[in-house]
Amino acid sequence: MALRDTRVTLAHGGGGKAMRDLIEEVFTAVFQPPGMEDQARLTSEALAVPGARLAFTTDSYVVSPVEFPGGDIGKIAVCGTVNDLAVGGAKPLWLSAAFIIEEGTEIDLLRRIVATMAREAEAAGVRIVTGDTKVVGRGACDGVFVTTAGVGVIAPGCEMAAGLVRPGDVAIVNGVLGDHGATILAARGDLALSSAIESDCAALGHLMADAMQAAPDMRAARDLTRGGLASALNEIAQAAGCGIVIEEEALPLRAEVVGMCEILGLDPLYLANEGRLVTFVPEDQAEAVLAAMRARPEGAGACIVGRAVAEHAGQVRMRTAFGGSRIVDMLVGEQLPRIC
Amino acid sequence: MKEQGWQIRVRGQVQGVGFRPFVWQLAQARGLRGAVLNDAEGVLIRVLGPVGDLPEALKTQAPPLARVDAVEVSVAVFEALPNRFEIIASGEPGAETRVTPDAATCPACLEEIRGHGRRRGYAFTNCTHCGPRFTILQSLPYDRARTTMAPFEMCPECRAEYENPADRRFHAQPIACPTCGPRIWLEVGGQEVPGDTLALAVARLHAGEVLAIKGLGGFHLACDAANPRAVAELRARKRRPAKPFALMCREGDLAQIVTVSPQALSALKDPAAPIVLMPTLGTLPANVAPGMTELGVMLPYTPLHHLLLDAFQGVLVMTSGNLSGEPQVVGNDEAREKLAPFADAFVMHDRAIARRLDDSVLRVDPPMVLRRARGQVPGTLPLPPGFEDAPQIVACGGQMKAALCLIKNGQALLGHHLGELDEALTWEAYLQADADYAALFDHQPQAVAVDLHPDFRASRHGAERAEREGLQLIEVQHHHAHLAAVLGENLWPRDGGKVAGIILDGLGLGPDGTVWGGELLLGDYAGFERRAWLKPAPLIGGDRAQMEPWRNALVRLDAAGLSDWADALFPKAPREIARQMAAKGVNAPLSSSAGRLFDAVAGCLGLCAAGQSYEGEAAMRLEALAARAEASPQIRFAGEGAEIDPAPLFLQLAEGGDAAGLAYAAHEALAEAFAVRARAFVQSGAAQAVALSGGVFQNALMSQLMAEKLFDIPLLTQRQIPANDGGLAFGQALVAATKLET
Ligand SMILES: [Fe+3]
Ligand SMILES: [Mg+2]
Ligand SMILES: [Zn+2]
Ligand SMILES: [Zn+2]
Repeated sequence: MALRDTRVTLAHGGGGKAMRDLIEEVFTAVFQPPGMEDQARLTSEALAVPGARLAFTTDSYVVSPVEFPGGDIGKIAVCGTVNDLAVGGAKPLWLSAAFIIEEGTEIDLLRRIVATMAREAEAAGVRIVTGDTKVVGRGACDGVFVTTAGVGVIAPGCEMAAGLVRPGDVAIVNGVLGDHGATILAARGDLALSSAIESDCAALGHLMADAMQAAPDMRAARDLTRGGLASALNEIAQAAGCGIVIEEEALPLRAEVVGMCEILGLDPLYLANEGRLVTFVPEDQAEAVLAAMRARPEGAGACIVGRAVAEHAGQVRMRTAFGGSRIVDMLVGEQLPRIC
Repeated sequence: MKEQGWQIRVRGQVQGVGFRPFVWQLAQARGLRGAVLNDAEGVLIRVLGPVGDLPEALKTQAPPLARVDAVEVSVAVFEALPNRFEIIASGEPGAETRVTPDAATCPACLEEIRGHGRRRGYAFTNCTHCGPRFTILQSLPYDRARTTMAPFEMCPECRAEYENPADRRFHAQPIACPTCGPRIWLEVGGQEVPGDTLALAVARLHAGEVLAIKGLGGFHLACDAANPRAVAELRARKRRPAKPFALMCREGDLAQIVTVSPQALSALKDPAAPIVLMPTLGTLPANVAPGMTELGVMLPYTPLHHLLLDAFQGVLVMTSGNLSGEPQVVGNDEAREKLAPFADAFVMHDRAIARRLDDSVLRVDPPMVLRRARGQVPGTLPLPPGFEDAPQIVACGGQMKAALCLIKNGQALLGHHLGELDEALTWEAYLQADADYAALFDHQPQAVAVDLHPDFRASRHGAERAEREGLQLIEVQHHHAHLAAVLGENLWPRDGGKVAGIILDGLGLGPDGTVWGGELLLGDYAGFERRAWLKPAPLIGGDRAQMEPWRNALVRLDAAGLSDWADALFPKAPREIARQMAAKGVNAPLSSSAGRLFDAVAGCLGLCAAGQSYEGEAAMRLEALAARAEASPQIRFAGEGAEIDPAPLFLQLAEGGDAAGLAYAAHEALAEAFAVRARAFVQSGAAQAVALSGGVFQNALMSQLMAEKLFDIPLLTQRQIPANDGGLAFGQALVAATKLET
C-alpha cells in the first residue's frame, strides 16, 4: 500500500511518485482488464465489417453532490457516454476517462467513484482503456469532474437520425421521467426536501440493442439528459420537420416527482434524466419495442408517450388531461417567470 | 369643356358603414351632380356646383357606425361633365381595405324582427348600420363573395334592397331574409330536433339545462342565471369553480340584477355591445360570480340573442364556449365534438364564423376597457402628434392576454385579445391575426417591436419574423411599453415632455435581469429612468407564485419579521422549502411586482391563500372585499427614497381587525406611496403629468384612489386601451417608432 494520504494533495498531480501511486492504485488497478494506458491500441473485428462505421463521442460530467441516491459521478460518466453512443445506434466498446480532482478530495471517495465506473463499464460491456488525472487547487473545481469519451461501432445498414422521424411514428420512453433531476435537487441539501427517489442513472446499450432488434426500422433515439424530454422532443421535431404530440395522461411521472415540481415551480418535462431515452419507431413496431424494453430492468416502465404528426412542423404540443393542447417549448435560458 | 368643381376628401372610419349612399342622399337632396367613391385613403367626393353645407353635413349627419376624422375640401376640375350623382363601385386596388367592427342590431332592424314584415322573427336581420363584419370576413376586399355569406344567394327582394342607394341595406354585405339567408336549428346528440327552435331552446333553459349557442364571434354556453342548480352544473362541467360568469339580459331586466348608471347604459347600448361590469344587487344566485360585488352583463347584440331573450324573459349566463384555457369554439363540428360534455343541446346556425372574437369587457366607473375584442376591432386609433410620419411597425405584445398592434399613416390598429400563447389554438389564432391584420392594414413594416423577455412566444415570433423578412428588431422593456401605451392613448405629443409613470403590474423583465412590476418610471416614448419601486421580494417557484398567494405572503411576512404569524397562517404549506428556495435563490427570482404584493395581502386575509382557481382571483376578491369597507386604518409604507417597503402593511395585517378595512387600507397605502413620489416629480417640474398603467389599474378602487390623490395634477389614464398586457403592443409600437427615428 503505497498511498498513505487520505486526501488528495497537489503533490498527487505533480508528476512524481505520488502521482504514479495514485494512478496505479486508485485507477489502473481497478479497471478490468487493467487499462488506462496513455494511448490505447485496439483491434476489433466489428470494425472490419464492410460498411460498419465508428461512433465517437465525449462528454464532461459535473454533478453536485458527487454521490447521490442511486449513483455517483462515476456512474453518470460511464452511463452518459455509453448512452450517447447507444442512442446513435452504436454498440459501445471503449471509453476513456479523465479526472480533474480538487485538492483535499478524499481518496476513498475517488476509490468509490472508480469502483462504480469499473462495475458499470463491465455491466455495459465496455472497457475503459485510457485516461488521465489532474489535480487542481482548492476552489478551482468542485470535488471531482470527470470527462469520458467513447467509441462504438455502428453495424452496416443501421441508419438512425432525428431527421428520419416521420408523421405517424410512435414515441416511446423507457421509464418514469425526472427521477435523476429530482434526486439531485433533493440531495443537494440546500432545500429541506426529503425524498425516497433515486436517480434513474443507467447504461442503456443493451436496452437499445434489444429495441433495435425488435424494431428494425427504428428512426431515431435520444437520451433525455439536460433539458429533459421537452428539449429532446423539440430537437427531434425541428430536425424532422414534423410536429410531435405527447399526451399528458400518458407521461410516466412519479407522484413524488410531480409533488416536488409543484413546490419548486418546475416542470418535470424539463428535468434531467441519466437513464432515460425516447425512441421513435413505426407504429407497427411499437409493441415489439415495448416488449423488448420491458424485458429489461432499465426498461420496465417503458410506455408510449406520443407520436409524430404532420401538423405544426417543428413544434411539440401536449394534449392536456382536460383535452386542451399546450405548446412545449425549448427554453432559451433559465426559466424566468412570464405571468403578467 | 372643362368646369371647376370641388373635391371633398373624408377620412376616418368611413368604409363599410353606408357612407357612400349617405353621401348620395345628401347630394340628391341638394341637387348636386358628381360622384362618390372609396379609395385607399377613405371616401372621395367630387361635385359640381356649390358645396354649401355639405362638408358640415358629412360630419354631423354621418351614419351610426361612421367615425369622421377629417373633411378636406379642395378645387377640382371636371373634364367631362356629370349629368347626375353616382356611386362608383370600388374596383381599384387598395380600395375598401377597411372593415369596421361588428355592430349590435340597430333599432330599425330590431323593430323589423319584432314587427310584421318579412323579417319578423328572423335571426340574421341586419343592415348597413348593424350586423356582422369582421367575424364573417374571409379575405379582402370586404364584399359578400369574400364573407361567410357567400354561399347564400340573395333573393330578388334582398337584391333590390342591396342595390338601392336609398335603402338602409344598400351594399349591406350580410343582407339576408328568411327566404335566402342562414337559418337556426336546435340539435341534440348531432340530430336536429324538429319544431320551433326558440321555443325548444327556451323550454330547455327553463328546465335548467345548459345550451351551447352559436353567436357572432364564437359559441357561448348558456343557462338560466336565476337557477343556482343550473349554474352549479355548468360550473362543474366546465371545471370552473369560481370565475365569474358573463350574463346577458334585455335592457328592461337590467335593473333587477345590477345598479345601472347612465354611463353604463350608454356603454351597454353602444354598437360594440360589450360586457359591462356593474354593481350587483345580489338578486341572482351567488354562484354566478362568487365573492364579487360586480356582475358583468351585456345586452343582446344579434337578432338571435334578441329573439331568444324575448322568449326567455330572464337573465342568461353567457360564458364563452371553450375547454378551460382554450379559445372559444367557432365551428359547428368543432362545437359538437368539444362542447358535447358541457351542453345538453345546441342552438346552431349555418353562417360560418370566419374569425373568433371574444366579447369585449369594460368598466365605466372609472371608464376602462378590460378586454378589447368584438365590436372594437379592427377599428383604428389615431397616433399622438409627432407620430404622423412614423414608419410602419408591427408590435408583438406579451405572453398573457396577447394582442398585436400595427401602426401606419399616423394610425394604430390594435388587435383583439387573443389569450395566453402557450395554448396551442391561441397560438394559431395569434399567427392568423398577424397575417390578417397585415392584410387588412396593407402593412409593410420596417421594424418589429417585441418585449425584452426572451421566452415570450410573441417575442420569439417577432425575432423570427424580423430575421426572415430582414426587418429591424426592437426590444422594448415591458413597463416602458405600458407607459407609452397610456401616453399614446391620451395623444400625449411626442415632444410633450416627460411624465411620471406609475406602472403597477403583474410582472415584466427589467433590463437589470430582475422582474419588475411596481415602478415609478420618469420618461416618455423615447426612454425612461426607474425612479422608485416596490422593495423586491422573491417569487418562490417563479410563475407558481402567481397561482398560490401564500408564497407571496410568506416572503413579505418574513421580510417584516412576522415569520411566526406566517407559520400560523399557512400551517400546511411547505414553508421551510419555500424559505430555503428564497434564501438560496432556487427558482426564486426577485420581483417588485405590485400584483404579487396584492396577492400577498389577499393570502394574509385568507383569500385564495392555498391557490387561485383562475388568474387574478385573489386580486379581484381583495378588491371586492375592500369595496365593502366602512372604516379602515391608515397605513403608510416605509422608505423615504426610491425603494418603497410595504412591511408596515403586513405589521398592521398581523394586528388584525376588520378584513374589509384592511383590504381597503392596503389599496390606499400603495396608492399613497406612489402618488406622493409622482406628485413630487410634477411639482419639481421634472414631469409634466402623471400617467397610470399596468394590470393593477384594472382594479377600479386603485384607479379611483389614484385619481383622488392626484386630483390637482394632470393625470393620464387608460380608457380605450387595456391597462393590462392587452394594450402592451400599442406602447411597444410607439417606443419602437421613436427609437427607429432617433
Ligand atoms: Fe404587463
Ligand atoms: Mg453528450
Ligand atoms: Zn340594422
Ligand atoms: Zn332575401
